[in-house]
Order: sequence, then structure tokens, then C-alpha cells
Amino acid sequence: MASIKGNKSSEMGLHEEVLTGRTQQVFFNPEESENFFYHDAYDVDFNKRTEIDASNIECLDINRKIRELMAEGYGTIVIKNPGSKHSIGVGILNKLNLIIEGSLGYFGIGSTDGPNVRISGRVGWSCAENMMAGKVVVEKNAGSCFGAAIRGGDLICKGSVGARSGIDMKGGTIIVGGDAGAFTGFMMQRGRIVILGDVGPNLGDSLYDGTIFVGGNIKSLGADAVESEMTELDVSWLKRKLKVAEIDKKVDFKKMTKIVSGKKLWNYDNLEPSERKGAI
Amino acid sequence: MCGIAGIIHRGKSNNVGGEMQKMLQSLKHRGPDSTGYALYGEGESNNYILRFKVGENVKEGTTAVKEDPAVYATRRKEVDKNISEIGATIHADEKITDYSFRYVISYDGDLLDLAKKIESVEETEIQSLGKSLELIKDIGDASVVADQYSLNKFPGTHGIGHTRMATESGVDIRSAHPYWAYPFSDVSVVHNGQLTNYWNNRRALEAKGMRFLSSCDSELIAVYLADKIREGMELEEAMRGSLEHLDGVFTYLVATKDKLGMAKDTMAAKPMVLYESDDLVALASEEVAIRSVMPTEIDTYDPYEGEVKVWQA
Repeated sequence: MASIKGNKSSEMGLHEEVLTGRTQQVFFNPEESENFFYHDAYDVDFNKRTEIDASNIECLDINRKIRELMAEGYGTIVIKNPGSKHSIGVGILNKLNLIIEGSLGYFGIGSTDGPNVRISGRVGWSCAENMMAGKVVVEKNAGSCFGAAIRGGDLICKGSVGARSGIDMKGGTIIVGGDAGAFTGFMMQRGRIVILGDVGPNLGDSLYDGTIFVGGNIKSLGADAVESEMTELDVSWLKRKLKVAEIDKKVDFKKMTKIVSGKKLWNYDNLEPSERKGAI
Repeated sequence: MCGIAGIIHRGKSNNVGGEMQKMLQSLKHRGPDSTGYALYGEGESNNYILRFKVGENVKEGTTAVKEDPAVYATRRKEVDKNISEIGATIHADEKITDYSFRYVISYDGDLLDLAKKIESVEETEIQSLGKSLELIKDIGDASVVADQYSLNKFPGTHGIGHTRMATESGVDIRSAHPYWAYPFSDVSVVHNGQLTNYWNNRRALEAKGMRFLSSCDSELIAVYLADKIREGMELEEAMRGSLEHLDGVFTYLVATKDKLGMAKDTMAAKPMVLYESDDLVALASEEVAIRSVMPTEIDTYDPYEGEVKVWQA
């Protein structure tokens, strides 16, 4: 167990949420290699590049092919003609440059831990669900539940996203260049969401923790979501993060709205199971 | 789950039957029980196209009650007699299956009277009665139904369709979508979702004289819109009203003789992907359906919560 305070990321504002309840933060020791062992994780060479033409292949076979290529050491894989098929690029647990030339359907790039993914088209519902680490960039629009339950990494949509983006999010960063729909950040527990455009109703509904930055108009706030003051630390973090996200939109960071949890609904983690039972 | 799709060509006609078949076939995984098409063709000048059935498809997997097919011929004769009695003239008649028929008729009277007269025959249901609308639905996937009813080359400006996974009612043609907005010619509806205030609304509409044929919640949308149009409301206004009055999670498509519209509930809980250009609008529960007719790279987006859109052919 390690403290989150006093380290570099804390200074940069990456852990500014006030944690008053009990939480579990286990940091792995890099010396303990067994902690880093993943089944189906491969050592790949980014300089080894290949392509898959997905036009006449079902999604299961596309994912199987990606795995076979990673096992052969390919570190840069280009998927051509993905045709908005569902569940492409899921379960990749190692570093990889994955380039999607086209659009994905539902549940694309889900449950990943490490790959850098660039999608030249659009993505359907639940893109990058449960992502642990890595970076996913979507050049066009995204459907609903964008980045549902992600735990880490950077998830970027240069266009607009649907409803419930960042639902149940537990870490990482979601950046949206355009607008976002209703219930953005619904039941979010940690991490950051940045929306440069407008946001629909019930923003941050039942937000446990984490921070949401909005550049445009907010239709309405959800239960227990409250406005907070933008700090210099926030501005410097946003500047750096948008640069990483390759979003060259002119943004007046100081005029952005910062939304955090009012923590009036936030008592779940403070109760013992027996107390919780009593409360029910 | 169900899948819905629609396409509208602006200012020109195309093979909408073939396009809808491809779109709906690619949504088969969302609804394997039945498939329905509402296609808007070139019409029959001043005549009405009547699509009706006198029984159910009783093939394997259906929940319909089996009947002796001999009764179909008897019922059809009664329908012919009733059409003649009310003053309508049959110009062409076609038997598509043992239980399903397509007629071209001329009629100057009130459509509600005609519809009631036809449906007074036991187990007879009008699927559509319009000047350009042809509504076809049956058990099976999109290809099975399109082959059965020869829809693969159907010229028209627009169409909507549905692949159904039965959840609220039986696997039969009666519960399949689309629904015709009885008694208005050329209005049809498909829906993905659940309506939670179905019975309250149904009872209120029945009290106003509106008719329901099935116990499928989706029929409520068609009847609701028909009632509002009957009261003189414009289609878009009626659709906006539906977002307030119909409770639940839903996305629906509605088509008229020259328009196609979509509405999404205020929670945005059901999917819809939209492609819009100067020549064409295509929309579906999943983008893969749009790709089936436009394989090249295109820009699509999800309409937002509470959004209503209407496009002109």
C-alpha cells in the first residue's frame, strides 16, 4: 500500500479529490514481476507493421487475427475496412499501435490495458469500456456510454459523444472536442471528464468523486453535482492534457465550468457492511 | 432488443425494398422473431393499395393458434363481399401467401368505415391502406420476408422497417411491426423500447374510439399519433407531444406519404445512428445497417435525448 500524496502526479493535480472514506489503492512493485503477468499479453515490436483487411471477416476472427499477429511480435497493426462491426480490438493487454481506418460499431476497444489506438471514423456505443491504460483517439463522433467504467488511460473523441459518457468511471481521462448528451459522468467515481462543447441534462448525476470540466453550456446538473472554482492547477492540467489529446481548438480555460461531487450522497464507502444493512 | 431502420431519398425514387432488406438483415441479431417493412412506393394514382391478412403464419416458432387453411379462402370471399357492399371497387388483387393479400381498390367514402367493414371479417387485419404505403410483416428474418413478398426490387422514395425480438407479446404477425396508424392512410410506425404507461394511454384512446388490434406496446405510438393527427395536429408536433405523454425508454420512426421522422425519449436509453446528406437520410439502431447500403466512409452521429426530427422526401 502506498500513499497517493506527495508524489509527482499529486503535484500535477491528478489526485486532488478529497478522500475521506476508506479506499483501496494497491500500487504494484515493479520488482515483483509476477504482479505484471497477464495471460494473452505479448512483447511486440512497434517497428513491425502489418494490415488486416476486415471487409469479409467476422469480429471474432478479426480479434483472433490481432492476437496471432501480436504473438508473432507485430507492434503496429492497421485494420482496414472495419465496416462498423462490433467488439473489434477488445481485450488487448499489452502495448500496441492499433490503427483503425474507418468506423467501429458497439463495444470497440473494450477491456484493454495498454494499447494506443487511433480510429479515423466514428465509434458506436460503449467504446473503450473498462479500459485500464493506454490511449484511444476517435477522430469523429461517438455513441452513448463512451468510456463506460474506465479505470485509467486517456480516451479522446474529437467530435461529439452520446448520452452517459463516463458512466461508472473509476479513473483515467475522457476528453470530448464537441458536445455530450444526457447523464454525462453518471455515477462517476474517480477520474476526469473534459467536454469542450455543450452538455445535456443531468450532468454528473449521483457523482461520487472525480471532476468534470465543461467549456460550453450545461443544460442541467444531476443530483449531488455541484459547481466548483477553477484553479490555476486545473488550467495547467487542462492545457497539458488537451495538447496530449491533439485538440487544437481555442479554449478559454478560465471560463470553463468545473463540476465536482457535493458528497451528500457519498456515504456508501464509510459504512461497514453491518451498518449498511442497518441503514437499509 | 429489436432493431429499427429507415431510409429516405430526397427528390428521387430508388430501390427502397432492396435497401431496407439489406439494412434489416444486418440487424437480424437484434430481433430474430419477425420482420416488417413499411415501403412508400410510386402508388396507384388515385387508388388505394390495401394489404391485409386473414390468418396467421403458423410455421415453427410462432405463438399463433393453428387453423385449417381452408378458412382463409372463405374469409377472403367475405372481405371481397364487404368491399363491394361499402361501395369500393377492386381493380387488382394478388394472393401473396395463403393468408396475405394485396389489392388495388378505388373508394371515395370514409376510410374508417371501409377499414371497419373489412376488419369485421373474423381474424382479418388490415396491415396498410394507403396511396403509396405498402406494409408487409411476417415471421422470419428480413431476407425470408423479402423473398416471400418479393420486396427485393420495390421502387420508392422511403421506407422504415423493424426486426423484432418478442418481449411484451407473442411471436405472430399481429404483434410484428410496423404498425399502420389506423385509420389514416400512409402513416406507419416502428419502435424500439418499452412503454410503461401503455394501459393508461390505451384505455384513454379506446374511450375516444381508437382501435387496438394487438397487445404490443408499440401499437400505442401509432394509435397515439393517429389520434393527434385526427385532432388536426402536424406530425412533428404530435411527435413532440409523444415524448411528454408516453413514458418509458424508446426510439421510434414514423413515416407518412412524403416524410420520415424520428423521436428519441428524454433518457436517450435506446440507440439510433443517423446519416444525413442532401440526397439521402438513413438511420438505424446500429451503424452496421447504414453501412450495408453505404459501404464507403461516411459521417454519422447519434441524435440526442428528447430529439425529434422530420425529413421531407
